[in-house]
Amino acid sequence: MSELLTRTFLTALISGGLIAGVSLMFTALGETISERAGVLNIGLEGMMLVGAYIGFVGAYYGHSFWVGFAAGIAGGAFASLFMVVLCVRLGLDQIVVGIAITLAGEGITSVLQDTQFGSTYPRLGAPPTVAIPLLSDIPVLGKSVFDQPLIVYLGLAGVGAVSWIFRRTNAGLNLRAAGEKPEALDAAGVSVVATRSYAVLCTGALAGLGGAYLSIVGAGTFTPFMTQGQGFMAIVIAMLARGKPLWVVMGSFLFGISLSVATALQLAGINISTDVVNLLPFIAIMVALVAFARRSYLPPALALPYIRGAR
Amino acid sequence: MTGATTDTALAPESRPLEPAAPSRRFVANALDVVVRSIVPVLLALGAGAILLLALGRDPITFYSNVWKGGIQLTAWQDSAIRAAPLLLIAVGLVVVFRANIWNLGYNGQFLLGAALISGLGPHLVASEPRWFALLVLFLVAGGAGAAWTLVPALLKARYETNEIITTLMMSFIGVGVANILIKGPFQDPAVNIPQTRVLPLNKMLPSIPGTRIHIGVLVALAAALLVHFVLTRTSFGLRLQILGANPRAARHIGVKVPRLIVMSFLVSGLLVGMAAAADILGTWGYVRANWNPAYGDTVIPFVFLARLNALALIPFVVFYAVLSTGGDLATQQANLSTDFLLVLVALILLFMTVIEYLGRRRALGASYLTPGLQQAFRSSRLRRKTSA
Repeated sequence: MSELLTRTFLTALISGGLIAGVSLMFTALGETISERAGVLNIGLEGMMLVGAYIGFVGAYYGHSFWVGFAAGIAGGAFASLFMVVLCVRLGLDQIVVGIAITLAGEGITSVLQDTQFGSTYPRLGAPPTVAIPLLSDIPVLGKSVFDQPLIVYLGLAGVGAVSWIFRRTNAGLNLRAAGEKPEALDAAGVSVVATRSYAVLCTGALAGLGGAYLSIVGAGTFTPFMTQGQGFMAIVIAMLARGKPLWVVMGSFLFGISLSVATALQLAGINISTDVVNLLPFIAIMVALVAFARRSYLPPALALPYIRGAR
Repeated sequence: MTGATTDTALAPESRPLEPAAPSRRFVANALDVVVRSIVPVLLALGAGAILLLALGRDPITFYSNVWKGGIQLTAWQDSAIRAAPLLLIAVGLVVVFRANIWNLGYNGQFLLGAALISGLGPHLVASEPRWFALLVLFLVAGGAGAAWTLVPALLKARYETNEIITTLMMSFIGVGVANILIKGPFQDPAVNIPQTRVLPLNKMLPSIPGTRIHIGVLVALAAALLVHFVLTRTSFGLRLQILGANPRAARHIGVKVPRLIVMSFLVSGLLVGMAAAADILGTWGYVRANWNPAYGDTVIPFVFLARLNALALIPFVVFYAVLSTGGDLATQQANLSTDFLLVLVALILLFMTVIEYLGRRRALGASYLTPGLQQAFRSSRLRRKTSA
């Protein structure tokens, strides 16, 4: 039992949890935005993979992590463009298009990886980190929590910004109205389609950034299907967080930690089947859903296309 | 526009030929269905060809290799075998999709069934008569698939929890549990690779004489016919359709919605589990850890293309079985990852939704009057014109 609390275990648990948690955080934050605007984005997994692949390629050939993150954002936004045109503009079924985007993202990134790199998986170096003075000197915790790449701090600031936009700005009010009662928004003279389009684009960009973080910082390389269901976990986190960005952060890190338990245990030399441990996050989600089923909240207009004048 | 003018021009002549109208309507309807189902596939294959060119591969060689590997010589038998699990899963999805319920947990349901029967199979076929053992294994796989839908079904029925989320989560758990079973209790002690014991060939599903096609294919066809009958000719099917069209109306006319949700989930899971039985007992004979053919992911577009009609599914599933069997050869020859097929499938889905949209636009522009009323309206207008 004392082995559980060794330095290596805790460091691996927390740093692994942060890596998974940060990518989940970006993606779930994106899903929160589009869910609030009334678009259920099932294609998140595909957008993450596209972002992960393009972000990795950008970082690899651009020799810069920032080029990689920018490329990931662009890739995710490009993938979400399909959703904007087909679901928001044309009002097609969001679930069908979402499944298509996931399938296409999985297929195309796997094919491209295969044709471009074959079975070699080139690696990137470790990203530069920014240590917060004083806090990073705390033993064990400090080094793994308060010594992160700059993008993590920016991301956390971004969560605060989104939370503020939701509650304090007209744009946030429009966004929520698009999900709660699009007719009202339309009557107020604001275009529902435009509002939702921007929301979905933001979602794609954030999912792409989440994927890029996973491949550039987390793994240092791209492997096909590397998101392993994180896109779907992000949907659940967004759903359980009931549209509150700060809850999204907490949920993401909770699930991030449960994702990293497996590797941490292995490093600590404890023999537990990784299959069992890998199930933990999903079981945790199911337990949460069973326990809080009545309290999860989704906007009433979610997944319904808005057609002006239709009843 | 031109169609409308010729119609009015022809109206006086066509009035005496009243019976001709329904058959023309039938032809137009059939044409509409063909256009909406076949055109997306053709467009996707075309877009796939452009993609192949962009990747520096020859699309003609690629598609001719698909033909070679999927149809020619005896390859069509492989395609038929591949179609069995695909068809069963697709039919299982039709049942829930008709009720507008999204069972997206097919991978977990499938693999759990597969792991259970390949673990229990070798013992059972050794001790029991062949037919009895095979029947029990089919039921075990079906039962496992059905049981795995129970939590999402109850959550949806009781609390209206979004079933997309719950089935996906249960799917991940199911895949994990299947792997644990394969590496743990069902591990073949004779080998080092994590896999179950292999069923003896003479204890697997027998094949149709003269071919390699096992009778699981017939089971799948029978299931498709049966489900089509139930969905179109029984009150259960009608209630499902009402639930899918308008849950509030369903409650209003006295349909017990929660029970119906659970029932449709169970039937769907049962069929997905039976797909695993047909695949394992007919084709593989064992399961290796981390094996996940993800049949359901690739068959979903065809469920929509067939417009949730179990009978219309058969040609589509056969088409995809050929594409995927031949695609194995074609991607290998072109030195591509087999995941290229996923791209083709996604393209079909995208083009399908677009064509659907165009069709709906045209339908919205068309007259909402029934053909008889249109005729009456036209003739009265004509009479007014002639009198004036």
